Amino acid sequence: MTTVFGVPLAVILGQLMLGLVNGAFYALLSLGLAVIFGLMGVVNFAHGALYALGAFAALLGMKWLGLNYWVALLAAPAAVAVLGLAAERALLRHVYKLPPLYGLLLTFGLALVIEGTLFQLFGSSGDSYPVPEALRGAWNLGFMILPIYRGWVILASIVVCTGVWFVIERTRLGATLRAARENGALLQSFGVNVPLLFAATYGGGAALAALAGVLAAPVILVTPHMGSSLVIVVFAVVVIGGMGSILGAIVSGLGLGLIEGFTKVVYPEASNVIVFVIMAVVLILRPAGLFGKE
Amino acid sequence: MNRTHSALLSFMGIAALGGCGSALGAANEVVIGDIDDLSGNYADVQGQGGIEAIKMAIADFGGTVLGRKIVLLTADHQNKPDVGASKAREWADQNGLNMLIGGSNTGVSIAMAKVAGAKKVPFFAVGAGGSSLTNEDCTPYTIHYSYDTTSLANGTASTIVKAGGKTWYYITADYAFGTQLQNAASKVVEASGGKNLGAVRAPLGASDFSSFLLQAQGSGAQVLGLANAGEDFSNSLKAANEFGLTKSMKPAALLAFINNIHSLGLKSAQGLYLTTSFYWDLNDETRAFSKRFFEKMKAEPTMDHAGVYSATLTYLKAVKAAGTTDPEKVMAELHRAKINDMFAKGGYVRADGVMVHDMYVMQVKSPQESKYPWDYYKLVKQMKGEEAFGPITGLCPSARR
Amino acid sequence: MNGTRIFYVLAALFALCVPLFGIYPIFMMKLLCFAMFACAFNLLLGFSGMLSFGHAAFFGSAAYATGWLMTAHGCGPIAGVAAGVGVSAALGLVVGALAIRRQGIYLAMVTLALAQVVYFVCLEAPFTGGENGLQDVPRGALAGLLPLKSDLVMYYAVLAAFVAVYLLIRRIVHSPFGQVLKAIRDNENRAVSLGYDIDRYKLLAFVLSAAIAGLAGSLKALVLGFVTLSDVTQANSGEVILMTLVGGSGTFFGPVIGAALVVTLQEYLSDLVGGWVTVIIGAVFVVCVLAFRRGIVGELAARTFRR
Repeated sequence: MTTVFGVPLAVILGQLMLGLVNGAFYALLSLGLAVIFGLMGVVNFAHGALYALGAFAALLGMKWLGLNYWVALLAAPAAVAVLGLAAERALLRHVYKLPPLYGLLLTFGLALVIEGTLFQLFGSSGDSYPVPEALRGAWNLGFMILPIYRGWVILASIVVCTGVWFVIERTRLGATLRAARENGALLQSFGVNVPLLFAATYGGGAALAALAGVLAAPVILVTPHMGSSLVIVVFAVVVIGGMGSILGAIVSGLGLGLIEGFTKVVYPEASNVIVFVIMAVVLILRPAGLFGKE
Repeated sequence: MNRTHSALLSFMGIAALGGCGSALGAANEVVIGDIDDLSGNYADVQGQGGIEAIKMAIADFGGTVLGRKIVLLTADHQNKPDVGASKAREWADQNGLNMLIGGSNTGVSIAMAKVAGAKKVPFFAVGAGGSSLTNEDCTPYTIHYSYDTTSLANGTASTIVKAGGKTWYYITADYAFGTQLQNAASKVVEASGGKNLGAVRAPLGASDFSSFLLQAQGSGAQVLGLANAGEDFSNSLKAANEFGLTKSMKPAALLAFINNIHSLGLKSAQGLYLTTSFYWDLNDETRAFSKRFFEKMKAEPTMDHAGVYSATLTYLKAVKAAGTTDPEKVMAELHRAKINDMFAKGGYVRADGVMVHDMYVMQVKSPQESKYPWDYYKLVKQMKGEEAFGPITGLCPSARR
Repeated sequence: MNGTRIFYVLAALFALCVPLFGIYPIFMMKLLCFAMFACAFNLLLGFSGMLSFGHAAFFGSAAYATGWLMTAHGCGPIAGVAAGVGVSAALGLVVGALAIRRQGIYLAMVTLALAQVVYFVCLEAPFTGGENGLQDVPRGALAGLLPLKSDLVMYYAVLAAFVAVYLLIRRIVHSPFGQVLKAIRDNENRAVSLGYDIDRYKLLAFVLSAAIAGLAGSLKALVLGFVTLSDVTQANSGEVILMTLVGGSGTFFGPVIGAALVVTLQEYLSDLVGGWVTVIIGAVFVVCVLAFRRGIVGELAARTFRR
């Protein structure tokens, strides 16, 4: 059998494949974070809570309204986006002119409120969301058995990431959004409703977090705390990619998944900390991140 | 006299008045303190339900003992040892704490046990697994109730090895509790003639376990030992199912509660072996208690809920029998009396503080076998207390006398 | 100035008389340790404009060093605490040297990353006892003479340390060195153009802050008698930010008020509201950012000046 560093090649390939699945989640989450930071300058610490909220929305939609997975895939992000819009109008818009620290603290408080409320309403033990009928079963890839659902996650993530990248970097809407960040007052004088644009951006970022939550719901247990440890990892991904860089967030999200997957084989205990080591190295050597502009 | 002086003087006056404020708990009360995780990951295992169960026990006992009113204090330790320990110390110093109960987290429980030992307050550790509580970290005032890592490992591991599951691979939560579980199980596996093929240490709170499972599968072991708890346990079992591992390997939980099984669903959990000290559907007595509990909490009790109920009753009975709340005398009575209630039959507190009672090795039913809500377990083996908790190790100095 | 002086006299009297009030001494000691921690953090954020996201690393590593030396090697409290402060200062030198080269949120991320690495080391290292931590840390006797076992003696020892640190921070901030730090905080480029070697100033501020945070951690280990992983967690780093901001960053007494408020809420609120405590702390954050951005002391001071 072919081996790399004493590990059979098939095992490496299998682990890399799983790393790619995790990378797909990271990419989706860091994409939302990068959109919010890049266009609004807010470090959204509530991202993990919004992710959990998306998963809960899907779960409750199924339990209370009988909505299936495919409906939830659209409905849950939409519901969370409305909530995000409301939060932006009520709270977040007051901190744009302040140093980024305040936006971070505000969203951190928001995250505690959301997670605490979910906890009080639904308890800590969580609930399971079934894998949709059409995506059950597994493919035999030769070197591993890949559940179809995991394959779907990779596909969905890549499609959504490409779509968002295209909208922001290549369309008129995206150009307007970027202009709002550069000079909101000027844009306002051209008759563009800038406050609405900001609210929509936060709503959109929240929807991306919620979408990741719905995608994750059939794979992991849905609990109030499911996103709380994720948010600093994802934030590290955004920093590595270069804050505000959409492409950077996507590429480093996928890349981190792969590196983490490899770490899980050679030094599993460190798989949670490797991202921070990479972030420290990147920040020291290349302060603006891999794809950021100095 | 200037302003500073007048302020100074009035301040001292207040100070003198305040000096009279502190008073120990009134002599006509018996104070029970419950410190537990009310807002974190273990909150559903004990938490608010545990408080309800203690209240039930106090009410069932009549609300008074030796003519003194029974008072319950509660606090959330937030899984921080400093909060748990300082709360326990404060109650002991200022509220006349007579009995401490709870824990749910080994690190916090050890810190609480040290305080209780120093302050001579009987401490019923319920919900913390670490058997170090009755070994290197033991005190003469700790009673380890409900379960510990030794009894869980003995129950699950020895039963599975005897049923033919000879080779084991572990997914271990990378912290002291996970290590204790794995070590306890490994010893049992070897002693029963099985073999340990290896383990992978997964960081606490890793959301994706598929990669660790793939390594477990590569080992070719027959049994997948899950040396983790709570969300880690649920997520690793869920992924094992998704990747079809449960077809080739037998999953074995080294610590699972009924609320974990409830949230996972039988589809994912079916066939799992686990050990528990209590199951609501064992007999009429357990069903009667559970029915009352269910009416309050809308969930069947975990073994910790039943454990705190039983522990509270046991303590109150001991106080009644000893005729005093004097900690030495109550501890002597606790070490002497047999415990007979809906939780334990013929249970007793050993010299090292372990409450020895029968444990139940269970297998989770398949969805077809389950006939009514919460009908989750079938009994594989009722294990005698002596077998489950093993001999006294001698690591606890107060048990050596 | 007169009002301030009266306030300090009253505060000092209050602190001295605490044991008389029946306020629980262990609780007060814990509060003082966190107040010291917040003051150390404030030296960095409030007076030098650097946001550290990983200050728990200094607090926790010093606590571990003290706890380990005193349990496993029988060191006395002075040697133990001194070693703890030494470890955190050395760690502060390393982290600071890497972090001060970046600004704002990037500086925060470097400290966060390195603090996560420190956490990982504390989790994996054989001498830290994993999440069960180091238990039974003895308090020992001051200089071999004055036993600290009594809560009362320990309280006054911690109080003395706190007052010394508080005065030291005031001295630092009012010194020429502190003035340069404030100048860097307000306008870095101007400070550079005035010819200051700003990196040296920033690094020294970082090391001082880390050392004081370490002192707070070491004292906490002595007071409570154990060190556990929760001292080095990310959550602990977050809490010290909360304390400083709620009280008022850039004010001297603000962090003390903030620490008192947060520790009291954590200790007593849960008894009243149970699981809602997370929601309430979150709401406090939101309200602080929206309505009391200068913190309690900052707002009070601003209101007094306006009058």
